[in-house]
Amino acid sequence: MAKSINTAAIQPGKANPWPKILASLKSAPLIPLSIILVFVLAAILADLITFHDAYQVRLSDRLIPPFWQDGGSWSHPLGTDPLGRDVLTRITYGARVSIIIAAAALAIGGGFGTLIGLTAGYYGGKVDSILMRLADITLAFPLILFAILLVMVLGPSMMNVIIAITLVLWARYARVIRGEVLGLMQRDFIARAKVSGASDWRIMMRHLLPNVMPTLIVLLTLQVGWVIIVEASLSFLGAGIPPPTPAWGGMLAEGREYVSTAWWVTTAPGIAIMLVVLAFNLCGDWLRERLDPKQRSI
Amino acid sequence: MQRYIVKRVGEAILALFALSIIIFLMVRMTGDPALLMLPPDAGADALEDIRHSMGLDKPLVVQYGLFIRDYAHGSFGDSLRSKTPVSELVKDRLPNSLKLVGTAAVIVLLISIPLGVLSAVYRGTWIDTLATGFAVLGQAVPVFWLGILMIQLFTVKLGWLPSSGMGGLDHYIMPAFALGFFTVAAIQRLLRSSMLEAMDSEYIKLARIKGLTEFKVIWKHALRNSMISVITLGGIYIAILITLGILVEVVFAWPGMGRLMFQGIVFRDFPVVQAVVLISAAIVIFSSLVVDIAYAYLDPRIRLQ
Repeated sequence: MAKSINTAAIQPGKANPWPKILASLKSAPLIPLSIILVFVLAAILADLITFHDAYQVRLSDRLIPPFWQDGGSWSHPLGTDPLGRDVLTRITYGARVSIIIAAAALAIGGGFGTLIGLTAGYYGGKVDSILMRLADITLAFPLILFAILLVMVLGPSMMNVIIAITLVLWARYARVIRGEVLGLMQRDFIARAKVSGASDWRIMMRHLLPNVMPTLIVLLTLQVGWVIIVEASLSFLGAGIPPPTPAWGGMLAEGREYVSTAWWVTTAPGIAIMLVVLAFNLCGDWLRERLDPKQRSI
Repeated sequence: MQRYIVKRVGEAILALFALSIIIFLMVRMTGDPALLMLPPDAGADALEDIRHSMGLDKPLVVQYGLFIRDYAHGSFGDSLRSKTPVSELVKDRLPNSLKLVGTAAVIVLLISIPLGVLSAVYRGTWIDTLATGFAVLGQAVPVFWLGILMIQLFTVKLGWLPSSGMGGLDHYIMPAFALGFFTVAAIQRLLRSSMLEAMDSEYIKLARIKGLTEFKVIWKHALRNSMISVITLGGIYIAILITLGILVEVVFAWPGMGRLMFQGIVFRDFPVVQAVVLISAAIVIFSSLVVDIAYAYLDPRIRLQ
């Protein structure tokens, strides 16, 4: 596991990745970062920047094309859906749904997985083999299948989608973080911390956690896109966010029957998903090369 | 080798076991499982019957035994909507799904390997840029949207290909490409980086010094070693194809397991969804087991670890 020792660990015990991160922002991929910024702002400010109700059904306004097509107008720039709701408004609110689910699932699943990884790597032995066996079993589950079943039993809701994703997500973090910790455990500063009488918890939180931070940040960034695609897939299948809540996957499902007459209903949410996922993946790739050249195979 | 096989088989069985327990407990802890197994308008008699046959009046361990026994015998209950046994529905649909996934897998290998090799060999040229751009895009486009886009272009606009159902070979083209797209991108990307590593290695230098043709050096020596990294993840790729297959089947109205499950979700037909999920999960777990064992057989480093 010596492979996973990273350069940030050279300063024993007080590795701080932040100056490096800020310095490297100069070479940041600006287009992906601005897409992410727009996405986050849209999610936060959805109430202020939209002019239509995301839920109000108006059958008289159904399937109005986007503004550049015949019959379209600026009052619905991206047109309306089969129920006469403004597509741009629903895309904007859909960003909020995606970001809440991604943030919650990654915070809970990533946090829990990191804790498990730290524990397994630090204590080793039986604890390690039991926890890692659990992680391997979890990784063997096809996530979407598991999530569909869970949502069928618990009923479709945002909370249940988050629960389903979290229950599988932790395992990847546990595996990767544990690998890093095993490398760190061989190093002098951990031995010194132990000799100086630091508690297990203190060593894990103050000495190990800061050193696995770069890896954790890269993994989290790379998985935002993945969580968004999983959520969209679940909503598309009807096992995710229940209508009428605007979710990108659900919007694609609602527009599916109108592909031959109203292309914009499915194209708009499709492009939204693609752009956001692309942006997070590119940022993740960039962070990975910046922070951790040895971890290119995560 | 034997130790490795025993360990991997054990893991696979544990995974299936854990999955069955999770499903079993989930169904029982979140309400009345009998209600999940019956249509909402079922009478009290039917409810009593199903409670009895599921053993809901008995201890949990006995209930779990009954659950496993039924599944082991291939009896997955009756569909709430069509009233036919789920096992019959599955028997009709499973071959269709396997045909689609198999076709997609062949397409994936035919496209991703040349693409990965070429982008490494012509590193930095427009071929590399194009192939890498494709790989980055492939991992960001949701398959179901890709399927819809393909229908808009090839069926609605151009009228070249049928958009739904099974039939002749032309019915396979769009679903199989849509299904393979993500995996092509993933394999291409991985193969490119391991090819670059391989071409920098001593044995490739030696092969060149020996005077082998560049074609042989790349397509035989470098590719063979680079494929190891792809085969390592073979199980994951199969799992991805099977899972994405569900979404693709829904888009193209393909009469397979995925569409069966989708209809199950729409009509809240729990026995159908439960059976399809468990069977698909078992196929995923089993195929990654086979890939891992075959891989350990080919590469002694794995089984000695």
